[in-house]
Amino acid sequence: MRYIPHTEEEITSMMEAVGVDSLDELFSDIPESCHRKNELALPEALTEWELDDHIRQLAGSMPASSEYKSFIGAGSYSHFIPAVIPYLLGRSEFSTAYTPYQPEISQGTLHAIYEYQTLVSRLLGMEIANASMYDGATALAEALLMAIRITKKDDVAISMAVHPDYRRVIEAYFRPTGYTIHYLPYGKDGRTMYDTIPEKTEPACVAVQSPNFFGCMEEVAGIAGILNEQKTLLIVSFTEPLAYGLYKTPGELGADIACGEGQSLGIPRSYGGPGLGLFSSKEKYMRYMPGRIVGQTTDRRSNRGFVLTLSTREQHIRREKATSNICSNQSLCALTACMYMATAGQTGMRELARLNYDKSEYLKEELGNAGFRIPFSSPSFNEFVVEFPEGFEDLHRHLLKKKIFAGLPLEPYYPELKNHYLMCATETNKKEDMDRLVREVK
Amino acid sequence: MRNGNQQKGRHGPFGQRGKMMEQQSCKTGSVLQEEMLWEKGRKGKTGFSLPQRDVKSYPLDDSHTRAELDFPDLSEVEVVRHYTRLSQWNFGLDTGMYPLGSCTMKYNPKINEKLAALSGFTEAHPLLPVDHCQGALKLMYDLERYLAEITGMDAVSLQPAAGAHGELTGMLMFHAYHQKKGRRKKIIIPDTAHGTNPASASFCGYTSVSVKSGKKGILLPEAVAEIMDEDTAGIMVTNPNTLGFFEEHIREISDIVHSKGGLVYGDGANMNAIMGIADMAGSGIDILHLNLHKTFSTPHGGGGPGAGPVCVSKELAPFLPVPRVRKDGDGYVLDHDNPDSVGKVHSFFGNFGVLVKAYCYILSMGRELKKVSRISVLNANYIRTKLKDVLHIPYDRPCMHECIFTDKKQKAQKVTTLDIAKRLIDYGFHPPTVYFPLVVSGAIMIEPTETESKAEIDRFIDAVKAIAKEAEEDPSLLTGSPMSTRIGRLDEVTAARKPCLTG
Amino acid sequence: MKEINELILEDGFLYSTQHEWVNSEAESVRIGITDYAQDQLGEIVFVELPEVGATFAKEDEFGTVESVKAVSELYMPIDGEVTAVNTALEDAPELVNQQPYKDGWIIDVRPSDPSQLKTLLSKDAYLDLLKGTEK
Repeated sequence: MRYIPHTEEEITSMMEAVGVDSLDELFSDIPESCHRKNELALPEALTEWELDDHIRQLAGSMPASSEYKSFIGAGSYSHFIPAVIPYLLGRSEFSTAYTPYQPEISQGTLHAIYEYQTLVSRLLGMEIANASMYDGATALAEALLMAIRITKKDDVAISMAVHPDYRRVIEAYFRPTGYTIHYLPYGKDGRTMYDTIPEKTEPACVAVQSPNFFGCMEEVAGIAGILNEQKTLLIVSFTEPLAYGLYKTPGELGADIACGEGQSLGIPRSYGGPGLGLFSSKEKYMRYMPGRIVGQTTDRRSNRGFVLTLSTREQHIRREKATSNICSNQSLCALTACMYMATAGQTGMRELARLNYDKSEYLKEELGNAGFRIPFSSPSFNEFVVEFPEGFEDLHRHLLKKKIFAGLPLEPYYPELKNHYLMCATETNKKEDMDRLVREVK
Repeated sequence: MRNGNQQKGRHGPFGQRGKMMEQQSCKTGSVLQEEMLWEKGRKGKTGFSLPQRDVKSYPLDDSHTRAELDFPDLSEVEVVRHYTRLSQWNFGLDTGMYPLGSCTMKYNPKINEKLAALSGFTEAHPLLPVDHCQGALKLMYDLERYLAEITGMDAVSLQPAAGAHGELTGMLMFHAYHQKKGRRKKIIIPDTAHGTNPASASFCGYTSVSVKSGKKGILLPEAVAEIMDEDTAGIMVTNPNTLGFFEEHIREISDIVHSKGGLVYGDGANMNAIMGIADMAGSGIDILHLNLHKTFSTPHGGGGPGAGPVCVSKELAPFLPVPRVRKDGDGYVLDHDNPDSVGKVHSFFGNFGVLVKAYCYILSMGRELKKVSRISVLNANYIRTKLKDVLHIPYDRPCMHECIFTDKKQKAQKVTTLDIAKRLIDYGFHPPTVYFPLVVSGAIMIEPTETESKAEIDRFIDAVKAIAKEAEEDPSLLTGSPMSTRIGRLDEVTAARKPCLTG
Repeated sequence: MKEINELILEDGFLYSTQHEWVNSEAESVRIGITDYAQDQLGEIVFVELPEVGATFAKEDEFGTVESVKAVSELYMPIDGEVTAVNTALEDAPELVNQQPYKDGWIIDVRPSDPSQLKTLLSKDAYLDLLKGTEK
């Protein structure tokens, strides 16, 4: 087998050196009760060529984008990925490297992640960022736990307009803790209503998503001040960071923690993972932050270099008192995001954000003109909700057969939103395809 | 060993120091300096091919828009040069050996990379109706079955995004299981455990109770029996453990824990030693996580993404995260309807792109996975045999896939584990795991994996021998190392005292 | 790391089994960590101080001392209320290494039960403890 480089002679000579007559002898410490009774019942090993065939068949059965016209987002977005990015990620010094615990031979990773932390901070308008979390959902869960650590309070308040699957992850994380989650409803404009927090409760934090699950930008300016007075942290999360190429950032709006999904930044959808948990906060909360962090320093010859730092927060040192249990994160995805932000630059990020906004405004306008109701009037980015008439699900299914994904039905997530669909239009959706969609649904 | 050149002096090319320098293999080719992105950027450049605009511009009130985005503007050429140069500063698995104990740094097959990048997978939206995603679902279903077969367990979830995430999922399942029967507050954790174990337990509100390993470096049933009670949810065991030994008493220990109504969690980070050999279910394990980026060859990526699936017994299957992948006639569906499930631990289904690579690896190896384990254990024992007279060996007995030494013999020269590790860099190796597990002072843990050839392992052994000799004859070579890298030892103290985290 | 005979122990101070010193000569009882403790930790990068006014019981954790690779909890040697903290440590945590018994002091405490001071170790008793640890 080409991944095991030993010849039979070498194996024999090594066994001699070790002092065993057979490889079985090496496992003599394993008691009978723990030995497998049967050989591994796995398929016959495939050659590279058979494997290629088999996997291509599996992948070939999936809807690949050139034929399919997709108008869904909901936490996983279609964006153009420049060819330079997969090319550069293919450099095995990045992809096959270990965690940079030996900084002298990991400066490539460390320098790049420091740049990532910097650009993420600038994109979100925040002071510091970590080296990544698993995804937007776990990043938000960890942000809530961080707020609880900082404020030493037991309640959190989360908007119902946060992605429903993110809320489920939070519920799973919170179940053994005894902390209370208060849910804040959304109003007629599709945005969170804050005045429903139970009296006398001053939660550790209020967490909203902006753009929220309905695509609406939340009204956040102004509440930061109020929350500050009661020592409640403001957490702004997101599933579409590209919005901040255009809209006011969480930092400008007074967020204490800003976190979310970074898949839009050059990472393919890949059936939901790997993603990228962006995580940033105010500098004063540095020591409460979960996850790895890269810091700048110098070596003995006064050269600039980078190291993993503030490690005493982490599991390998703090163990049961760590800020999180996280070890492996999403380093290569963070590198991807940084390459994307570097390639797009200031000009590109602004243009791409603008294009996303304009494309989705166009689709919104056309659907509106075709007679469909757009229930939420708040400013949005590249997603919005449209109400289709009763019985639309048949047409929706029919359009799927025509290779058009006409939005995500909201009823399974919000029973009060029957016949409402979440539409998404990014820079990848052509005008002619949007026009066709509108024609088909009329 | 006498060196006839000793009289010629230490510093010339033919002197003793020169001879040692020749043995080193860390050289610098054409490796360039490189600045920060924002030091290179100039406004107005672009690296992105902006798409054609086929819709008009819609108004947006200025009160909503952000202040100027302070990103550098770079051309495509500059981006490519930047990252190419950065990559050359990294040592990767394709560069050389990483003998990192408990990390299983094995070769990352390239066919797996190619296949995971197929557009049918990369373009797939996770919320598409299942009848359009049969390829992905079949892959996940089959992978679950293969992992169940390899571990001997009954049911699997591929959702956790990393080993620690798998541990957290396991702890959530412990909690859910016990919540039905009466809450418990403690978890037994061996003193040799990886830091993620107590951290994961603590996440779920459990207090860790430490149990010491015995003289042979394995857990003793009596020690566990002494602390196991009805307020203890169970035990977290790594098997083989972080000292490189099979926990011989695992069956007895599991029985003790089960007899008091507790559960046994297995940290499967060291699975590479026992595939096709040990039966995890037979050992009494109830929940086990695997690290696909260790045992199953998916690349480390400089710190992720990995994947940490959990494999459980039939009894615990109802608690697994949702959705579960189920067979429905000839096809596959996602089943969200599991009332006892702990819920979701990931926004979608886990790191699918990583799962594809592990799936490819298993299909490429088939039953040869047993040989993988046998050779990994042979490689480790070979190193142990050859180095046990060079470095101090705390447990002088056969090991599994990793072996452990300390710096005790070198203490007299005031040379530490850290110095030995850094000097290995000059010899062209990534250092082994150092200062872990905590129970062994100055630990040096070496795991070669099965993908290192005898020649490479012999080179590694020679390097360690040379370094041990240098420690006796000229310790400054160690304390001053690495000397051949672009960057020397870094000031981690200032980095922690005065953190500078963004540019 | 230092040998036992290289360690500094201050006369007139009392010591705890957790390697803290207590100076009860002054008006407020002053607490810090011993030369042994700072030597074991290595270069200190951060000290987590309690709030002034906080009260703790004996053996409660009142703060932490961190080096790059380790964290050490600080435990109250006696019951008391924190009357002052050494804010100089915020910018210069290395003072704990350089002057563990003087400028590297950590907190001042008003003891709720001064008789507890009798339970602490004398300099000689602490030295014996260290020698025991060595073995």
